Amino acid sequence: MNGRHTLRDKTAIVGVGATPYYRRGQSVPQTPMELAGKAVLAALDDAGLTVDDLDGFALYSMGFDTSLFAQWLGVPDVRFTAMLTGGGGGAAGSVGLASAAIVSGMAECVVSVMTLQQAGNRFGASYAPRGSGGAAYSAPPSPEGNFTQPSGLMGPGQMFAVLAQRHMHLYGTTREHFCEVAMSTRANAIRRAGSLMQEPLTREQYFEARMISDPLCLYDFCLECDGAVAVVTTSIERARDLRHPPAVVMASAHGGHGRWGQAITWMGMPDEYFASSGHRPVARRLYEMAGVGPQDVDVALLYDHFSPMVVMQLEDYGFCGIGEGGAFVGDGNIRWPDGSLPVNTHGGNLSEAYIIGMTHVMEAVEQVRGTAVNQVAGAEVALATGGPASIPTSALLLRKES
Amino acid sequence: MRGVLPPDLIRLTPNVWTEPFWRATAEHRLVIPRCTACGTFRFPPGPFCWRCRAQEVEWVEHDGRATVYSFTVIRHAVIPEVAEHLPLVAAVVELPGTGGCRVIGSIVDCEPEAVHIGRPVSLDWYDVREDTVIPVFRIE
Repeated sequence: MNGRHTLRDKTAIVGVGATPYYRRGQSVPQTPMELAGKAVLAALDDAGLTVDDLDGFALYSMGFDTSLFAQWLGVPDVRFTAMLTGGGGGAAGSVGLASAAIVSGMAECVVSVMTLQQAGNRFGASYAPRGSGGAAYSAPPSPEGNFTQPSGLMGPGQMFAVLAQRHMHLYGTTREHFCEVAMSTRANAIRRAGSLMQEPLTREQYFEARMISDPLCLYDFCLECDGAVAVVTTSIERARDLRHPPAVVMASAHGGHGRWGQAITWMGMPDEYFASSGHRPVARRLYEMAGVGPQDVDVALLYDHFSPMVVMQLEDYGFCGIGEGGAFVGDGNIRWPDGSLPVNTHGGNLSEAYIIGMTHVMEAVEQVRGTAVNQVAGAEVALATGGPASIPTSALLLRKES
Repeated sequence: MRGVLPPDLIRLTPNVWTEPFWRATAEHRLVIPRCTACGTFRFPPGPFCWRCRAQEVEWVEHDGRATVYSFTVIRHAVIPEVAEHLPLVAAVVELPGTGGCRVIGSIVDCEPEAVHIGRPVSLDWYDVREDTVIPVFRIE
């Protein structure tokens, strides 16, 4: 494939920016859109651009109101404002959406941003009946939800635990494997000053931690926090004139099998990929578009809302066989710096911060720039993924310009 | 009945496609919709057959003998209202003879350690309110 009719190598991420990360609710009195504004300004500045250059928004996971945002910042001409459907599955795919806008000529300089503030509400109860303690993130009553909520499944972690349990049953995956994901991710986080978790995690602490929803314990869950992260995408030609070496978009894809569907909130996915991350169709298209395979990936930033989903993504992106993800992590492959495939070198959702996947995109950029805190030596190609979630899941492959 | 949510956390909001299911549960009957055009079961109930895209269904009664496909034991209260009702065993059970339809429900009155994937379960009913009855399961 020569990539003529794809996004391949036509755009690049040229700027990244973030606010500090805060424990849940601690970013008040800033507002979520104020946090977004700070991240966007920082990302533009990182690129050597200003608001006068910005002409597009490519959002995901319900995003925010860009009309007010553009009004605040005085964007001269909004030429593209669109959003992937679904939730955190679209994180990495938002850069693909930005690239689609640029390649089609609809916009030239597009920002993807996520802002999150969990004050008086929490994602951990996002499917709780409305009006109960989950407040704003609670699920509105729906005919489909009636088939899930009465069982007590109210949070994503409880639901992904069901997938993890099945994976353990089918393949012999163990809590030791999930522990390795949690520990290796923490080891990466504590080397970074901005990470919310700053203490090492021991195996003893992991196994003494309280169970939240079997087989997941406290340390299998991501953090609940506040903050914003933005990345700026533009054409490869323009990228070459900017401040940093371009992080070239080799490929981006989103979507999934239709019968993956709502995934954790219906649990009817076909048996052959029930115990998976739902990413297999996205992975196939991603590699096809990029003209590379898993053996070419130097560092993987895998959306880690729950540690077992890292194991399943390693399988679905072809770093090991289906069912072999547990053994793959157990053998130390995902550790930085010496593993065969360092994973979540930034500390991930588990230990750095949970900004619904945008930290993974930012880290992928830093890895191919060669400026990451936990830099993978000689990293040329970085994979970032959106959340294993309802459709769409998504992914992004970035490379250093050769 | 041990291992179920308190009634005030359960509220049904059926639409025209799910209402026959809940009307049947109120009579302690489990019914699964089957496509009248191609015979494919669909669950949860919805307006189209995912295989042939036809709409019409017939409602087929099932005895609720099923097997545990997967499950989790909920031990932490993500909202305070559930704290005194823990642990809850939330299971996905597969109904034989339906082409793999799965129902999500609590496994009640059990020791969580007794629940395993593949374990046979039988159907029981949680009478939440007069018009609100939820299927639950028991280890055989």
